[in-house]
Amino acid sequence: MNLGIPNLVAFAETLEALAEKDHKIIAVTSDSRGSGKLVPFGKKYPNQIVEVGIAEQNLVGMATGLASTGKKVFAVSPSCFLTARSLEQIKNDVCYSNNPVNLIGISAGVSYGALGTTHHSIHDLAVLRAINNLNIIVPADNFETREAIKLAAELEEPVFIRFGKRAMYDLHAEDATFELGKGIQLKEGKDIAFIATGETVYPAYQAAQLLEKQGISCRVISMHSIKPFDEALLLETAKSCSAIITVEEHFVNGGLGELCAGILMQKGISVPFKIVGIPDEYTVTGSQLEIFQHYGISAEGLFEVGNELLENNNLA
Amino acid sequence: MNSLAIQKKSVEYRKKILTYIKKANAGHTGGSLSCIDILNVLYNEVMNVSPDNFHHPDRDRYIQSKGHSVEALFVVLADQGFFPESDLETLCQYQSHYVGHPTRKVNGVEQNTGALGHGLSISAGVALAGKMDKKDYKVFTLLGDGELAEGSNWEAAMIAAQYKLDNLIAIVDRNTLQITDRTRHVCNTEPLAEKFKAFGWAVKEVDGHHLEELKETFLSTPYEKGKPNLVIANTTKGKGISFMEDVLKWHHGVPSDEEFEKCMEELEKLTKTLEIV
Repeated sequence: MNLGIPNLVAFAETLEALAEKDHKIIAVTSDSRGSGKLVPFGKKYPNQIVEVGIAEQNLVGMATGLASTGKKVFAVSPSCFLTARSLEQIKNDVCYSNNPVNLIGISAGVSYGALGTTHHSIHDLAVLRAINNLNIIVPADNFETREAIKLAAELEEPVFIRFGKRAMYDLHAEDATFELGKGIQLKEGKDIAFIATGETVYPAYQAAQLLEKQGISCRVISMHSIKPFDEALLLETAKSCSAIITVEEHFVNGGLGELCAGILMQKGISVPFKIVGIPDEYTVTGSQLEIFQHYGISAEGLFEVGNELLENNNLA
Repeated sequence: MNSLAIQKKSVEYRKKILTYIKKANAGHTGGSLSCIDILNVLYNEVMNVSPDNFHHPDRDRYIQSKGHSVEALFVVLADQGFFPESDLETLCQYQSHYVGHPTRKVNGVEQNTGALGHGLSISAGVALAGKMDKKDYKVFTLLGDGELAEGSNWEAAMIAAQYKLDNLIAIVDRNTLQITDRTRHVCNTEPLAEKFKAFGWAVKEVDGHHLEELKETFLSTPYEKGKPNLVIANTTKGKGISFMEDVLKWHHGVPSDEEFEKCMEELEKLTKTLEIV
């Protein structure tokens, strides 16, 4: 696998390319054009960028007003502020009023690392899942990011997309397709299925390779769409694989893992199951990778979780 | 519309507001009665919006930030022909589209509102789009004076001045009461004119029940080229009903049968006075 660029940069490049052809594309920023890698965008298309200052509520409100007139609006702000400070604007102005605003949560999850809890957004999927009429996408690599942005520009529905700022490995084959509500299977296997989302897909893939070396066959899925969700792929996976491990850069409360567990429970499917994410505690200080490692969101950590899950269920 | 006809409309609208609140056994009576003259003038005398052009990009917009006064909005929209007035019989009833706050499920409503402090930002966004696209439409938004305690209003106030949105007209229904007490005793938003002027707005103050004055004020924007417009409309909560005027409990009080009859008698008297004129 090749190391690509940060998803953040892939986003900014894609938006720039779209804006060149479509003057309805508008980026709205809250003093975040630098963090959003949108300085070149602003220079090339000064009439297609709106700066509102450090005021996230107004960011989403203004984005709503612009979108209501037919503009293709991307409201770009750190995910921690966008999805907490302006949550009521997301709920009412964007989703309830059905204005097609694209909410771009940059430096999401624990991307801001040692800047600490104020800058982490490990609540965002949980709170946004609880709001009607919002598509939620968490791309894993540059391909998924580019496709998600292109899709959002044309969807005419409210969309939330979040990603980090570290360079990501290219996960997909050249003929991969990206579809809203459809997970992408990166690797086939039958003993353990890793269902991961966003920047945790790569460590899940690495763990799968380690497990394979000791003869444990692993499936790896990039579940980029949190809403709508690929229920069919989850159910098929639960039937085909002996155990499921979900992985997310998010609180274990209310994220991908609980979403999967809820679906399986209601279908009466019982399968050895483990949720790996950030636990409900003060998050340890460190870089994104150090935080990942601390909580077992790493090749080694997930390798151990895999072995334990099989052993505890007499599947080893 | 001649002066008498528009005055009659205000009386008729008041009757309807009270009728549908009584029927629903719920509603924001005081605030609907304080802002109804403003809505009357906007829809009948000022704005270029109707059921025929409601989806046209060049229409004027009205976004009611103080969403709780929805009864005033629904009564005026019905009168404008956006939907049959009989629909309002279902106000706040099970499965009705006619919710207790504005919703786009009702024809003629621009944006869903009700959580306070949202309308000004949205309106600034619409106004900015108008400037970008070189359109002539105007954006009107109605705020409560109590609502101005929401900080998001001041974020929007700053950015509206930054972008020189002189096509934006914010109207404050300054009835000086909110659910707890006098606004000045809860979180004093005064001096309002000076605050907005300091934020870069052009400000006018009017009698919010004087129809001619309202019309003239709304039609004379922009007050200063390149500045967003604030109209401070001095109003009386519960206006038009003697025992409701400036009385806190009518914020969302529903009249009893006896009180309702008295309301109708008072308004009927007013209608007759206007007919004699």
